Amino acid sequence: MANSIPDTITGHRGLQLEEPLIFEQDAPGRTAVDLPEVPEIESRLGNAARKGEIGLPGLAEPQVVRHYLRISQKNYAIDAGMYPLGSCTMKHNPRLNEKMARLPGFADIHPLQPEKTVQGALAMIDLCAEWLKVLTGMPAVAMSPAAGAHGELTGLMTIRAALEDRGDARKRVLVPESAHGTNPASAHMCGYKVEAVPANEAGRVDLAVLKERLGDDVAAIMITNPNTCGLFEDEIVEISAAVHAVGGFVYCDGANFNAIVGRVRPGDLGIDSMHLNLHKTFSTPHGGGGPGAGPVVLSEALAPFMPLPYVMHGPDGFQLAEHAGQTDAKPYGRMKGFHGQAGVFVRALSYMLSMGADGLRQASADAVLSANYLAARLNDLLTQSYPGPCMHEVLFDDHFLRNTDVTTLDFAKAMIDEGVHPMTMYFPLVVHGALLMEPTETESRESLEQYIALVRGLTERAKAGEAASFHDAPKYAPRRRLDETKAARNPVLRWQPPIDQAAE
Amino acid sequence: MRYLPLTDTDRAEMLAAIGAGDIKELYKDVPADVLLDQPVDLPFHAGELEVERQMAALAAENVSAGSVPFFLGAGAYRHHTPATVDHLIQRSEFLTSYTPYQPEISQGTLQALFEFQTQVALLTGMDVANASMYDGATACAEAAMMACRVTRRNRVVLSGGLHPHYREVTQTNARFMGLTIDALPANAEGGENLSEHLDDETACVVVQNPDFFGQVEELSVLADACHAAGALLVVVVTEIVSLGAVEAPGNMGADIVAAEGQSLGNPMGFGGPHVGLFAVRERFLRQMPGRLAGETVDVDGRRGWVLTLSTREQHIRREKATSNICTNSGLCALAFTIHLSLLGEAGFTKLAALNHAAAVTLAGKLAAVPDVEIVNDAYFNEFTVRLPKSAAQVVDALADRHILAGVPVSRLIPDDPAVDQLLLVAATETARPSDMDAFVSALAGVL
Repeated sequence: MANSIPDTITGHRGLQLEEPLIFEQDAPGRTAVDLPEVPEIESRLGNAARKGEIGLPGLAEPQVVRHYLRISQKNYAIDAGMYPLGSCTMKHNPRLNEKMARLPGFADIHPLQPEKTVQGALAMIDLCAEWLKVLTGMPAVAMSPAAGAHGELTGLMTIRAALEDRGDARKRVLVPESAHGTNPASAHMCGYKVEAVPANEAGRVDLAVLKERLGDDVAAIMITNPNTCGLFEDEIVEISAAVHAVGGFVYCDGANFNAIVGRVRPGDLGIDSMHLNLHKTFSTPHGGGGPGAGPVVLSEALAPFMPLPYVMHGPDGFQLAEHAGQTDAKPYGRMKGFHGQAGVFVRALSYMLSMGADGLRQASADAVLSANYLAARLNDLLTQSYPGPCMHEVLFDDHFLRNTDVTTLDFAKAMIDEGVHPMTMYFPLVVHGALLMEPTETESRESLEQYIALVRGLTERAKAGEAASFHDAPKYAPRRRLDETKAARNPVLRWQPPIDQAAE
Repeated sequence: MRYLPLTDTDRAEMLAAIGAGDIKELYKDVPADVLLDQPVDLPFHAGELEVERQMAALAAENVSAGSVPFFLGAGAYRHHTPATVDHLIQRSEFLTSYTPYQPEISQGTLQALFEFQTQVALLTGMDVANASMYDGATACAEAAMMACRVTRRNRVVLSGGLHPHYREVTQTNARFMGLTIDALPANAEGGENLSEHLDDETACVVVQNPDFFGQVEELSVLADACHAAGALLVVVVTEIVSLGAVEAPGNMGADIVAAEGQSLGNPMGFGGPHVGLFAVRERFLRQMPGRLAGETVDVDGRRGWVLTLSTREQHIRREKATSNICTNSGLCALAFTIHLSLLGEAGFTKLAALNHAAAVTLAGKLAAVPDVEIVNDAYFNEFTVRLPKSAAQVVDALADRHILAGVPVSRLIPDDPAVDQLLLVAATETARPSDMDAFVSALAGVL
């Protein structure tokens, strides 16, 4: 049906193999797992035993392997090539991290084993926490948040708990316009009213406007530094001081910490709380959308309100504080089941130990250098949104495409045909048709040169009036442009058996 | 340094091309007094061999479940994962790709998510499922908040049989959202009448099945009572393998199912990362949190998949989004879906039967120990045992005898004398008869 392609009999195109859904390969009774016979027992399921079939397809192991191999080949990956998604930090994911996470002493332990049987795991979390505290210059870290947005929520809840503890309920959280969408969403989930703060002409928070918006009902500002325009907030110290002056707290979105690791400590900037995306800055893989980990560092003022659980140093080794009664502090609650993303901590710690204080510092410099190199080599043709050096990512807007009939989206899709994952498009929202490029420190010089040549070549084509080739792109990807309107208007979110089969 | 390809020559040439004298010029926007001149006080870089030794030394200080008779559950379960699962999820194309925002070159992830969503919907008996949440506990909290949006009511009733971590995460979120939580006391003996707690302010009742104590219930009557009161029924499942033997929540009237999927494809891993499952009735679709993969066609008419209905999500809707979730548990969801594809209907139901048989067998052996009582009358692969002394002390003593006996209920519900002697015991397909015998005889020895 819709899968047929006219030019080959099979529908395949050489190494591009079409693959149906697993549900379309079902043979009842077939399985890829050999299990022993079930002993005769008297069922204890009571009246809750399952009555009907589930409807899962049966395949043998070779079919399952082939299925996932074939569909995997339809994915781009950082292991295949440059992935300059600004704000996403697609850096190399070392395989050593994966190997360490699979040691039975980490993978095959239960979170509720007696503490004396998991001292190594607690030590691992403690060591990971120690590195994060030293790198950020902060006295405490809540390790349990599962991802960046979860960390934002944790940081804001900690702030609200601290404010309530001093009898100072506040209503508003200020969020710069250029912030990630998770920021206002997290503030809302924390029960705050969100108020946007505009950027100034230099792409930074407008300090004068910020001061006007501040008041004694402002709980916090959520600032991203370096910000999503790839710029360091050069007035961050003044911003922190102004927020503190009205009794508020400074939350920092740490998604871009990778630009300054080992070079700037957020604790020195007046920041009270910041999440760290271990799956960005500390090289743990994105896995097609997760899992991540979003530990939140906290200032002295916020540390007592840190959510449970956390690792403590006890007289007989490491202990877990799992209940409020186990600590003198005032934990505001719990964010997640068990103790956080331990498997992600193992990977991040392996990376930090590999890189060391010297390597992490060099990595930040190389990330910043590479982004500035892209800027220097592209800004005669493209329009860089803000002048001056950038941090780890460089922001262009679409003015250079004016009158070409090529949009940022078209440009991105043409990059796909050239074998490179597009940069982040249309974000941040503060410039028109944004193209946000983040090369990271793990691209070689050769790779950067190829990328520059590609972007320059496409820009020249666009300016030469070859818009049609952009509108057609991508032509060589496993799929061409997909109809997103159709997907949203008539959502098909699961496979359904064909009607005749369902009627049987 | 092995992860950094730039050479000093590259760096010098690149700086020259930029027109900067040194790297400090690129950090000129950083106030000078906070820019560090020296590396921070941490060890310097190390080779693979050195890192491996340090990490392996930490791992060696833990007693891994596979090395001893092991009977812990309480929301994380030890199952055998076929070798194929870990091989496939480590393919670079899955492991090192981002969220599939460019669908033309992300069809692998998107197709896998579409299949995952279908499997979760089938297992739970629901219409649609999302592309995963962080874990079961956060999925539970999201379900409660979603029920409040759907019903425009603010009160949530939590069963006393809900896993204490799920309860605490839900209470934490609710407090900041201004929702009212009515959490019923934990009660291993059952007999909780949730219908009595419904009123016209109640958005939902959250009930776990099998519950925290292992008890399995038929929920249709409760579902009817919820619906009659204009409330939703949220069903939590912490052991997804149970759905190979226990009736699907959707078939018992659930409106939202929030579950933990770790048991399929994912290691216990000291508690994370795991994978939250989230499934709903179709009419609630637009109030659902999280990503969704949907089917469509490309310009050539070929079937393909995209992320869809993103106007619910934070990157479009910002503070009006259904949730702040962005990164989820993609790779754990992939492990889940591959494991379930390997099992199929025949394998999955047989796996569930083996788990149930293991638990029934172990319960029989434990019940024969003097002064030991099995609390539950109906259970799947986990049940509660009443001991004649403190369960925490027994577990501690058995750990010294190299047996990981279960989870003392007091670990999760402290300061409640009523649970002090209760032990949660799980038996999966990984528990051998010899493990059970070692447990039973050691238990008799410490009582």
